[in-house]
Amino acid sequence: MTGSEGSFHTQQMLDFGTQVVAGVSPGKGGSKHLGLPVFDTVAEAVQATGANTAGVFVPPAFGADAIMESSAAGVSLVVCITELIPVNDMVRARAFIDARGTRLVGPNCPGLMSPGERAKVGIIPNHIATPGRVGVVSRSGTLTYEIIQALAGAGYGQSTSVGIGGDPVLGVSFSDVVRLFGDDAETELVVLAGEIGGSDEERAAELIGRGYPKPVVGFISGRSAPPGKRMGHAGAIISGTTGSPASKVAALEKAGVQVADTIEQIVELVRERLGAAARS
Amino acid sequence: MKLLEHQAKEQLRGAGIECPTGRVARSPQDAQRAAEELGPVVIKAQVPIGGRGKAGGVKLAQTPAEAHDAAAAILGMEIHGYSVPSVLVEEALQIAKEIYLGVTVDRDRRSQVVILSFAGGMEIEEVAEHSPEKIAKLWPDPFAGPHPFEIRQLALRALAAVGGDDSLPKGRYLTTLVPVVQRLFGLSQRLDASLCEINPLVVTASGQVIAGDAKIEIDQNAEFRHHDLVRQLGADSAAATSGDDPLEVEARRRGLTYVHLGGSVGIIGNGAGLVMNTLDLVKQHGGTAANFLDIGGGARAEVVKQALEMLLLDPEVKGVFVNIFGGITRGDEVARGLISARDELHMTLPLVVRMTGTREEEGRQLLEAAGITPAVSAAEAASKIVELVGAGASA
Repeated sequence: MTGSEGSFHTQQMLDFGTQVVAGVSPGKGGSKHLGLPVFDTVAEAVQATGANTAGVFVPPAFGADAIMESSAAGVSLVVCITELIPVNDMVRARAFIDARGTRLVGPNCPGLMSPGERAKVGIIPNHIATPGRVGVVSRSGTLTYEIIQALAGAGYGQSTSVGIGGDPVLGVSFSDVVRLFGDDAETELVVLAGEIGGSDEERAAELIGRGYPKPVVGFISGRSAPPGKRMGHAGAIISGTTGSPASKVAALEKAGVQVADTIEQIVELVRERLGAAARS
Repeated sequence: MKLLEHQAKEQLRGAGIECPTGRVARSPQDAQRAAEELGPVVIKAQVPIGGRGKAGGVKLAQTPAEAHDAAAAILGMEIHGYSVPSVLVEEALQIAKEIYLGVTVDRDRRSQVVILSFAGGMEIEEVAEHSPEKIAKLWPDPFAGPHPFEIRQLALRALAAVGGDDSLPKGRYLTTLVPVVQRLFGLSQRLDASLCEINPLVVTASGQVIAGDAKIEIDQNAEFRHHDLVRQLGADSAAATSGDDPLEVEARRRGLTYVHLGGSVGIIGNGAGLVMNTLDLVKQHGGTAANFLDIGGGARAEVVKQALEMLLLDPEVKGVFVNIFGGITRGDEVARGLISARDELHMTLPLVVRMTGTREEEGRQLLEAAGITPAVSAAEAASKIVELVGAGASA
């Protein structure tokens, strides 16, 4: 938390209204940073402050270890922003935290933000936050900001926005977040913005198809990407028939999810759905 | 990073997995000498890509003279864009059975997976597509690795899937496969491999179990832990990477996240999802994207300049579309980088910049003062650049 990225984003989180209670930086325990106490270990920070959430901003070589340390210290939610963590590290971290029941968002993600609660963990820019009733779940960072901004411009704010990350091995999946939005009283409609690679979108479509209490608007980016080429995100690659945009769009449509071709269309579909919901 | 076959086999041998005796040869004379020592041999092209056999890159040679001629035919051959700088000359095996064994990551299960099939020899993707029932899988505890009893169960499932196999007694299969699987899994974790594959794992006529071919890919994100290996293998396989797209090679050298796509609209953006969406927008407006280029979060002016310079190396690029959503990326930094790059590179191609977010106003003012009109929406920018590139192409 005392590094340049950690400092900048901690300040942003504080400015947003997030209840940040402590920082962790091995070796700097006992000092103060940004007016917050700094601890050598997550366990000490949790013990002293009762923190229930950890934001991970460490370099990739230490990412998996920081996730496991947070889980072992007993926090219930870990949000990992770090990009480029080795995939086998993440497999081990997942097994470790699953055994302890810790929920992980990321890695390689922008984190999450609930504008109405004035709470955010991660790097979603403060200035685009608008309280409202749309739950946004996406794989990416900047594309999510685009969607949030476009929706806000049309008068639709967010209950919560979650970026699940662009890596092949992640914490929460689209299905996990869609399920949580289903139970969330503040969320009236869900925007699910997927991308090529893997089959998380297909799994979420199956879940929605089995009967979901709220309207869902879909979007898939990378539709013009050729197979076999990794498009920036470690997970964004079409291998064989797996991960193709056609498969994702078809799965979502089969589940009754309307899939937008552009961000402008996402806004139109949200307007149709929320308008109809308001009239009924 | 993909290891060449002989490099991968060196790793397998180090892990205690048996491999055929072989020599790397860079000339027909080398190959002939190796064959004099080894007897009947297989000559195999050393390129980091599959499908060598079908492309004529693998030949059997009974005599040293045949080995000479086979190596002469293969060396310098081009296989899927890779010219062949060396061949592996290896003792020929008397094959009774070909098995597939691989360790990779199963992203749906967020786990490593051991894959075993007695329908080995061909591409596992083909088996997976046409007869998935012939594949058995094991998702081990990532800390403990696969336990012997799990491997025995895996082997029994794989055997049952093909109705049994008589190349070895069942008990021999079970005792032989346990250490091979454990060693391969251990190796995959030590090397931070995203793929460790033995295909085929050969059962010879005399009952020996030995790696016929090997494929190892080291996770790019973990290369920082394997500097020595990367250096050593990189030097050894430098000649064999010539098949890579030269623009992508240059981008890697510059540390840029770039994919060459072959169209006429150069793309620069920040964030992988945003860049993918930018490519889609260009296509929706009737254009073709030349590339994917993500300058990432918090990019400084210098990175933006590097990116623009990179795009201009592509002769197909007829115009550039820059799409920046400033979260942690500052608009003024991007604008400064673009302006100085455009001026220093004497760029005359159409340049459309769409910018929003942190310090967008300052960024826009800088661009306007420099004669570049920023677009407000990404859709508007896409339509504008496609129009400009189209006009440029027809003029």
